Amino acid sequence: MAFENLTSRFQMALRRLTGKARLTENDIDEMMREIRLSLLEADVNYKIVKEFTEEVKQLALGEKIMKGLNPDQQVVKVVNDELTKLMGGEAVPINLKTSGITSIMMVGLQGAGKTTTAGKLANYLRKNNQINPLLVAADIYRPAAIDQLKTVGEQLKITVYEEGDKVSPQTIVKNALKYAKENNFDTLIIDTAGRLHINETLMTELQDIKKITNADEILLTVDAMTGQDAVTVASSFHEALKVTGCILTKLDGDTRGGAALSIRKVTGVPIKFAGTGEKLSEIEVFHPERMASRILGMGDVVSLIEKATEEIDEDEALSMMEKMMSGKFNFNDLLKQMKMIKRMGAFSGILKMLPGMSQMANMDKVDDKQLVYIEAIISSMTKEERIHPELMERSSSRRNRVAEGSGRSTTEVNRLISMLEKQQKMMKQFSSMGTPNMEKMATGGLQNPASSNKRNRGKGKGGFRI
Amino acid sequence: MGLFQKLFSSKEKLAKREKYKIGMAKTRKGSLSSLKDVLLTSKTIDESLFDKLEEIFIMADIGVDTTVSFIQTLRSEVKKQKMTDPKALENIIVDNMFSIYTKNEIISTNIRYNKEGLTVILMIGVNGTGKTTSIGKLAHKIKSEGKTVMMAAGDTFRAGAIEQLKIWGQRVGCSVIAKAPGSDPSSVVFDAIREAKQQSIDVLLVDTAGRLQNKVNLMKELEKVNRTISREMNGVVYETYLVIDATTGQNGLSQAKIFSEAASISGIVLTKLDGTAKGGIVLAIRNELGIPISFVGLGEKITDIDYFDIEDYIYGLFADFFD
Repeated sequence: MAFENLTSRFQMALRRLTGKARLTENDIDEMMREIRLSLLEADVNYKIVKEFTEEVKQLALGEKIMKGLNPDQQVVKVVNDELTKLMGGEAVPINLKTSGITSIMMVGLQGAGKTTTAGKLANYLRKNNQINPLLVAADIYRPAAIDQLKTVGEQLKITVYEEGDKVSPQTIVKNALKYAKENNFDTLIIDTAGRLHINETLMTELQDIKKITNADEILLTVDAMTGQDAVTVASSFHEALKVTGCILTKLDGDTRGGAALSIRKVTGVPIKFAGTGEKLSEIEVFHPERMASRILGMGDVVSLIEKATEEIDEDEALSMMEKMMSGKFNFNDLLKQMKMIKRMGAFSGILKMLPGMSQMANMDKVDDKQLVYIEAIISSMTKEERIHPELMERSSSRRNRVAEGSGRSTTEVNRLISMLEKQQKMMKQFSSMGTPNMEKMATGGLQNPASSNKRNRGKGKGGFRI
Repeated sequence: MGLFQKLFSSKEKLAKREKYKIGMAKTRKGSLSSLKDVLLTSKTIDESLFDKLEEIFIMADIGVDTTVSFIQTLRSEVKKQKMTDPKALENIIVDNMFSIYTKNEIISTNIRYNKEGLTVILMIGVNGTGKTTSIGKLAHKIKSEGKTVMMAAGDTFRAGAIEQLKIWGQRVGCSVIAKAPGSDPSSVVFDAIREAKQQSIDVLLVDTAGRLQNKVNLMKELEKVNRTISREMNGVVYETYLVIDATTGQNGLSQAKIFSEAASISGIVLTKLDGTAKGGIVLAIRNELGIPISFVGLGEKITDIDYFDIEDYIYGLFADFFD
């Protein structure tokens, strides 16, 4: 089969280009330097970067280079996998009592976003965990902190318990517990004052509150833009309070957020939520695996690798190409092809990534809605019609029936038919070009990206294997 | 006697410097290797010494690029002068640290007051860096210098921001011009400038909402505030301070870069320097973007703000040298 030769030739070319089957120490050292800088730029703690790169180096040594990747990409893949592992894999849920009152303490440095996050969290838990929250204003120090929480409460229609700024936070919390019991609130979210981790008096105050409330969750709120000091801050808070989770705020900024990794690695405390915007609804469960590639900052390469290794089922792709080349391309195949491509992202984007096929990238673009319509149209055809597209071409009554059945216009049905026709034609042309031409296309497409800048090198360099 | 000791031996500076030291020295209890240990325990100048120095600078958030080029400079100096004694590195480190900051320029941290009338000071920055608190402290400082001050509550977005500024106004003893939450900040600024001129106020301090620098619309809003001020002030130069939290990492560079596209930043207010973070990113900002540091926030009290002093700052970074 012509296409099988083509695939293997692609891969041969790639392998020749990279010239290696295994990662050598040199490849790794070279890439590790770049990865080290990238992690430091993301504010991952210096010591952690050092340990991490040394560990990963050992892991990467002698690793086989996957087909379709070059050594650089392969190292990035190993690093990304390890980072994901380090970030803790899966999201850790919040700890809520099934009976009795759950107490959640919000703690952190000044300006990390505790008050806003307290409101966001109350709103989120009310909506997703069916709780009845009471916000407690225990920041008696910062001017207008209580006003701020009250305003947030009003916006969300959540009750705020406050006693002004003349009463000690310990007393406020004690009374809030009583108030919650009497008024059937089941979850206390306590907004404490921002404080420096080295302020012993204020840290004792937090320990008192912890004792009084028997806190179920102590959530350290950390600004995603925090630098090297994140480790000191997190470990001091953890030492004093045994923090149960972290909330990373201001993640909607352009920071890479390496602090998340430092905190996770040093304290082992999971990051549970992330603040992602100015609106009070903008909080989400933290996804460690997404954070890994953000911190690494090599999104292009990482996503390409993911596409190359996960999204495309090789056999599926192969049989598709076979069908396309043979010119026996029917509506079933068209639908399958579109779904496959949809999984990988924009149609034209994918074609551009295919070596030598960028000129074909202007083929009709497919958006999500259109795919739904096309699916509707094709499902309204009989099995026979799907396998034999010419039946549709010949009969206008069939076309009208399908249009009516799918709820789309006849124009759309016609367009779909001509689209299939166009594809068939193109594929026939394509296969009649013969293998020598194909090879030229392949290598031609590979040379250019190879000379482009290093970080974007992944694009087009035969990232995947159709 | 090294340059360090010479620099920091004058007694009158000691009192002020203590503040920097108290705040910044706390890190030394932590795991961070100290410059003193590194220089005194190393036998020769080799790669592992440079590695340790690199660690110290990176841990202070000085920034990857600035640190890398700084270490490069050290390397070539060592080679040129054929140095072998690690202790001799001290002078070169301090020297180069200074030149990263001063860049052979004379930097004045003083507020450029408008001699003909109103001086406007605009405070900008990302969320939670301490803009409102810094305005309170600055207002107090300016007032105690014998000037009349007024504040404009330009943060109409964050809940409680207007109340917070009003409380600072009471503490300082000055009026605060504010509108309802959600109003256009430019209109607040417009009113405040008119009012300040009418009352012949010397200095108007303008608060703005915290905004992340990648939010295009919010940056446009800031541009509009900026335009309003320069129009109402007939082009009289005014101070725009970018407030940066000392715990900020590499993102500080992006903040400085993008905020200076929306407003012309005259200086940085480095806040929360009383924690364990050293705020080294401001050195990178100065090195890469040329923006100097004007003030530092060193605590929660109204008096805890000071003009930035590079000598004190470097002293704070390496204070353990004198213990």
